[in-house]
Amino acid sequence: MIVARPNPVSIALRDPRALPRWTFAEWEALIRQARRANLISRLAVLLDERGLLQDVPAAPRAHLRAALVVSQAQAEAVRREVAYVRKALTRIGADIVLLKGAAYLFAALPPARGRVFTDIDILVPASALAEVEAALMLHGWATTHHDPYDQRYYRRWMHELPPLLHVTRETVLDVHHAILPTTARLKPDSAKLLQASQPVAGEPGLRVLAPCDMVLHSATHLFFNEELASGLRDLADLDSLLRHFGGQAEFWQQLTARARELDLARPLYYALRYTRHILATPVPDPALKAAEIGRPPNVLNRLMDALFLRALQPDHPAAADRLTPLARRSLYVRGHWLRMPPLLLAYHLTVKAFRSEKGDAS
Amino acid sequence: MIVADLPEKELARRLAGAGLRLRTGPLVTEIRSRLTKVAEGIALHYSDYPIEASEDFADFHVRLAPPGSVRRWLRPQVTFQFDGAPPFLPLPADQAFPIMEWGLNWCVSSHCHQYLVIHAAVVERSGCALLLPAPPGSGKSTLCAGLVSRGWRLLSDELALIDPLTANITPLPRPISLKNASIDVIRAFSPDAVLGPTVRDTLKGSVAHVKAPADSVLRAAEPARPRWIVLPRYQAGVPARLERLRKGRAFMQLADSAFNYNLHGRNGFEALARVIDASDCYEFAYGDLEEAVGLFDRLATAA
Repeated sequence: MIVARPNPVSIALRDPRALPRWTFAEWEALIRQARRANLISRLAVLLDERGLLQDVPAAPRAHLRAALVVSQAQAEAVRREVAYVRKALTRIGADIVLLKGAAYLFAALPPARGRVFTDIDILVPASALAEVEAALMLHGWATTHHDPYDQRYYRRWMHELPPLLHVTRETVLDVHHAILPTTARLKPDSAKLLQASQPVAGEPGLRVLAPCDMVLHSATHLFFNEELASGLRDLADLDSLLRHFGGQAEFWQQLTARARELDLARPLYYALRYTRHILATPVPDPALKAAEIGRPPNVLNRLMDALFLRALQPDHPAAADRLTPLARRSLYVRGHWLRMPPLLLAYHLTVKAFRSEKGDAS
Repeated sequence: MIVADLPEKELARRLAGAGLRLRTGPLVTEIRSRLTKVAEGIALHYSDYPIEASEDFADFHVRLAPPGSVRRWLRPQVTFQFDGAPPFLPLPADQAFPIMEWGLNWCVSSHCHQYLVIHAAVVERSGCALLLPAPPGSGKSTLCAGLVSRGWRLLSDELALIDPLTANITPLPRPISLKNASIDVIRAFSPDAVLGPTVRDTLKGSVAHVKAPADSVLRAAEPARPRWIVLPRYQAGVPARLERLRKGRAFMQLADSAFNYNLHGRNGFEALARVIDASDCYEFAYGDLEEAVGLFDRLATAA
């Protein structure tokens, strides 16, 4: 049994109904940490959906309202931007699969509500990559990371093109051909993901991953990433997806079977373990048991607890202990370790060390 | 309790310790600093402002401190930290008070999106607000300080907080920031105005702050209705002249001066339209502050 150190943000996400009774001091700690975790607008939506926003004292409520304005504007911006992407890619034979935030938004899934959106991520077949990039460039997207090493880093080893920046709108688009780097140890088959993807109702040409794949991608992105600054936000996405899909018959069984099939049993294990412990996500016992096939050996499991239970706190001094910086650094190294075989990683880190004064590539 | 109720030592002790919870308009900011320049600046400019208790809600937590590097002995610097993270680069230490003021403006313009936030000075008379949106160098702050010293109420020198639903303007009275030649203009125009020390060689040249009138601070909870929008332009030697500005152009000017117009979507458009509908819109060139203030006094009397 693990015990997650409680922080005000995860307590509030677990039980938004209690929020109107919180004291000013509790609200202050909550707003400060939720601001860092990009979760103020999420809390605002949870309260609003329960008709409780008006019951929050005026001073903290102003922050909730302000965050709602931002997240609504971001959702609008994502809709607009996806429309541009679709228009740019109409001549391409392949459909566009939206990932993460944009997918939640277009599929009208609960994690989209009150979410802070950043870049737009899409998945296309590797075979269409050159054509997609050419079409996007024709419509104003330009590659970033002009250094030849960075270009090679992305194009040979990564699962995405170097981020594309639109020259006039200054929006960033990540074009993926897989959900993990080509060089990563786990090898989920992108063809299977694309094949199972589902059309978005009323939006011809747009698709999203199937429910199980969406959860597995979200888990892989969170637990195999080297950067966890928004870790709790991503965990809240997972919590929201699991609560939503978990009501459907067969979902849990399909989820564990699909994780095995896609070589993603490990990230699923972490996803269920930490959503349950940090956000009290209701996961049925048989599903937990089935996910045990992804459980790491005991020593590693305990180490991961020590790392993730720290890194999944809001990135705020009040939610840190003396080991938190070490935990975040360790996960950064681990993220790289999982992405590349050791020799390649050594090469990559050496190159990066020698040019650390320039902008960071990855 | 207000800042003036605290003995000098106690103010310094709070700033160095648990922090001073300063109320400005609708916002409470917890300020921490061991720097004398910060304590002196607060004692001078914020003496009339309420202090909130530590169990009340603070919106922002800021700190002014030297950056942790060897430079502190070579050429002392100061960093503005927002809840532990610095949004800007450090500046020379003698600019501690101006950087605090800029930092407090930044807190509002980058977080308070419950309002439509416009970069403009706002003053009020008999419930009617005069908005002065303008780029730096237009003489906006000079005009604002001039009007305030002749009885107009200060709502803000920098940030017009517009309620997107009612189009009312929420006051956020804070010190007025004067630059370069304006400093002496205001000293001459209003010998009673309380000015802080002039800080030289900042990013904006020489800077001095004018203390907000006690009455404006006291009435900070009273919103005002927009009534006039005036785009000021200082031009040496020209007679003061108001020229009607087409409402469409005034709208675009206001939208251009807003920090967060893009975030408010349709509500923002409608709020701005309400502000424009309720206001007479002018362009205003002036070369003499006395003449300019007289003109606005007549405008207010006629309204």
